[in-house]
Amino acid sequence: MTFSTRPAPRLGTMLLLALGAALVVVLPLLHATGLLSSFTLSVWGKYLCYALLALSVDLLWGHTGLLSLGQALFFTLGGYLHGMYLMRMIGELGQYRKPIPDFLVFLGWERLPAFWEPFASFPFAIAMVFLIPGLVAFGFGYLAFRSRVKGVYFSILTQALTYAASIMFFRNNLLLGGNNGFTDFKFILGYRLDDPGTTRALYVASAVALLLAVAFCRWLRSTKFGLVQHAIRDGENRVLFSGYAAVHFKLFVFVVAALMAAVGGALYTPQVGIINPGEMQPEKSLEAVVWVALGGRGTLLGPALGAVSVNALKSWATRAYPDLWLILLGGIFVLAVLFLPGGLVSLPARLRALFSRRPSS
Amino acid sequence: MKALLLLPCLLAFFANATVWAAESASPRALVARAAAESERAQTRQLLSAAVGRADETVAPLLDAWRRDTLFLHSRADGGRIAVLLSGEKDDRGAQSALRADDGQPLQDEAGRPMRLVAADLPTAEHDASLRRTMKAILDLAELAAADPGRRTRSVRNLGLAQDVEKLPVLLARETVESAPEVRRALREAIALLRLKDPREEIRITALQELQAVSSLATADVLARVIQEESAAGNRRALEAARKAQQAVEWHRTKVDFAGTLFRGLSLGSILLVAALGLAITFGLMRVINMAHGELIAVGAYTTYLTQAFFGSGMTLPCFGLSLPVPGLQLAGSSREAYFIAALPASFLAAATAGLVLERGIIRFLYRRPLESLLATWGVSLVLQQALRLIFGPNNVQVSSPSYLSGNWLVGDVILGWNRVFVIGFALLIVLGMGLVLTRSSLGLLIRASMQNRTMAACLGVRTERVNALTFALGSGLAGLAGAFLSQIGNVGPSLGQGYIIDSFMVVVVGGVGSLGGTILSAFGIGGIDQVLQQYLPLVAPGLAWVPGIGGFLQNLAQDAAVFGKILVLAGIILFLQWRPAGLFSPRSRTLDE
Repeated sequence: MTFSTRPAPRLGTMLLLALGAALVVVLPLLHATGLLSSFTLSVWGKYLCYALLALSVDLLWGHTGLLSLGQALFFTLGGYLHGMYLMRMIGELGQYRKPIPDFLVFLGWERLPAFWEPFASFPFAIAMVFLIPGLVAFGFGYLAFRSRVKGVYFSILTQALTYAASIMFFRNNLLLGGNNGFTDFKFILGYRLDDPGTTRALYVASAVALLLAVAFCRWLRSTKFGLVQHAIRDGENRVLFSGYAAVHFKLFVFVVAALMAAVGGALYTPQVGIINPGEMQPEKSLEAVVWVALGGRGTLLGPALGAVSVNALKSWATRAYPDLWLILLGGIFVLAVLFLPGGLVSLPARLRALFSRRPSS
Repeated sequence: MKALLLLPCLLAFFANATVWAAESASPRALVARAAAESERAQTRQLLSAAVGRADETVAPLLDAWRRDTLFLHSRADGGRIAVLLSGEKDDRGAQSALRADDGQPLQDEAGRPMRLVAADLPTAEHDASLRRTMKAILDLAELAAADPGRRTRSVRNLGLAQDVEKLPVLLARETVESAPEVRRALREAIALLRLKDPREEIRITALQELQAVSSLATADVLARVIQEESAAGNRRALEAARKAQQAVEWHRTKVDFAGTLFRGLSLGSILLVAALGLAITFGLMRVINMAHGELIAVGAYTTYLTQAFFGSGMTLPCFGLSLPVPGLQLAGSSREAYFIAALPASFLAAATAGLVLERGIIRFLYRRPLESLLATWGVSLVLQQALRLIFGPNNVQVSSPSYLSGNWLVGDVILGWNRVFVIGFALLIVLGMGLVLTRSSLGLLIRASMQNRTMAACLGVRTERVNALTFALGSGLAGLAGAFLSQIGNVGPSLGQGYIIDSFMVVVVGGVGSLGGTILSAFGIGGIDQVLQQYLPLVAPGLAWVPGIGGFLQNLAQDAAVFGKILVLAGIILFLQWRPAGLFSPRSRTLDE
């Protein structure tokens, strides 16, 4: 299987810069001048977080050939860890006016459980956002890659992992909010979350994070590491026989992708205002894979394009045709896999080919 | 005639001539005579004679007596006879009269059946003491019930009530009882009553008897006895009670373990049935069919439709239209036969859906396994939502036929019939599958194409057609699984979602492409899951030592169902470290197998 992974660099860079400028500068400016509502901006912020998740899926699937069906787990873990900080920031403004989160009061706790204590510190929470998903990914990845679990087996195992985690997070006994998760956030770093300025700042942070991630992926594939990565995707055994320890490469990519997803999740929580275990159910990971497949796997813009377009479609369709939305999504997916293996990104080239062939025939 | 054997113990009670005569009468006649007696003392004695002898026939009689519908008819010779009135009232208000003593129509001198008016007749009188006696009769009537199960239950209740006055009755019953389970219950009940005996020797003997019987029901009584005996300072009795309690606890451990094993076996066969279709499509064809769960749901809904078709039909809220489904309006056992018809129907429905899926989508993706995973997931979304729109978003009711409901009690272990049935059926399907794959020509073609598609095609096998048939076969098995799951759990649009991950795990652990491995891993996973669920709460307090997260782990282990499942999944990941290709993997020197 081959993909044109190296488009004309000049054009690509320019397009990337233009889009980046539009995302980071133009939308916030429109918001600051009042042309764009805070709601719309935070919805876009959510799309960009999803785009980060999609990019992490693509880093694994499109570039390394590892179809992970557990990326939503890392996304949600990041969301939860940041959410724990936000929960602490509610302080005594909760329903019960107690210094501990409402759900703990509801479960009959008087004092904060020990593992909640340090999350009052923002740097600690952010460190955890990187550390815990990273460790989970490292542990699981080490076990999986060491025993040469690959292809569909890897997909099934990652799916089982996220499934196990989701049923665990649904329990109240985990002391992480049970099936309601975290919500009702009030402050972040001392700023009110319902303030337009905070909305804008969070949006800009998401956009910048996404751009950085895209730039990182772009840089990575220009390195020798990127070449090995593609080589693993296209013929892992040859890589092995050439003397490369494929396990290390795969493990590195898996951890990096997990961190990328975790950052997306950490930015997602304050903008959407809720995080719950529903986000880490296996179908969420599959949905992220849909975005990548539809946008175009193995490309830079494809995942983000897929994430934004599918979610925009979802926002519209779940309101306009709530009953038919799943049929629409499933249908798009089947059609994209069957008829558009290159994704939306390949559409212009295909159309060009179509038109350039016409006159000659 | 069993009643006659009660004589010796009852003799002590009654030394009256009336009662001597009464001994030979049937319990029913005895009650009838008691009702007709004008002397209250005589009534009392006659009725008391019936205590412990009565059978089921006296219950309606006593009931009528208490509700003042047992009437007294004065005969021409001055004697009185108790009668029951029944049937339609005629224009006089008269009903046909039945003799209370034998239930036959009351006849006048000419031998014609008599009709009497209720309002003209006095009713049999009763007072508080008589009503107490009646209750005692009814309590003990069950002892003589024809059904051994009812006898056992009444004996058990008498034993647990520990009313010493009932001891003679139980002893008498023991001399005539022949059914083994009732005899066991009698031994237990008699020993329980003897625990009330003031003499320590007798209590100790009774406790030894309870130790020998070791019935679960006596656990509470024994705990109480231990308290009493230790308070009274009877060391030997206390020791006997402790021993009896240990015996009961040991018995309980064994019963619990057997129950756990049975539940593990039953969960294993559910997993097996659900995973068997995958073992074909994924194991043999290497197609990741994420819509497998929805094919299970298709089978379950087909069962639901068949049920409605055999019954009174229904209306489907199909895509907002009301689609009527006609019903055959059957009743009774022919209606319950729906499940027999539902089996092939659900197989065919799911197989057809699978065939369409294969021809429409999957055949284009044989060379791209990951893409087939994604496309079939899309299909699963569409199917799930379609089911929701056709049958409504709520769970539907599939009622178990009577031959699949109820329990089977072995020892003290409760085995649900539907679960026993699923275990049996799982084995049957596996056997059938094995025969098809190894003994039929289709099986030969399937194995040939799956092992080496190109070679098979060169030898003239139409591999395209074999693919389609194999996929349809796997899908049909999923439908069959759905028919079974409808008997065990809820049937809803997301039914399949609950099984898909477990099914994949079963196939992966078993070794892809190995039917035997699938069987072993299904039962292994099912068994381990149930054992963890049963025993995790027991080890939970022992987790406190883990530094830092001890309390947290303790908390989590209390949620045995969830934590057990997580441990099973973690165990699977570790297991694959040891055997990456599953339990049974074909020996191969290629890297990508």
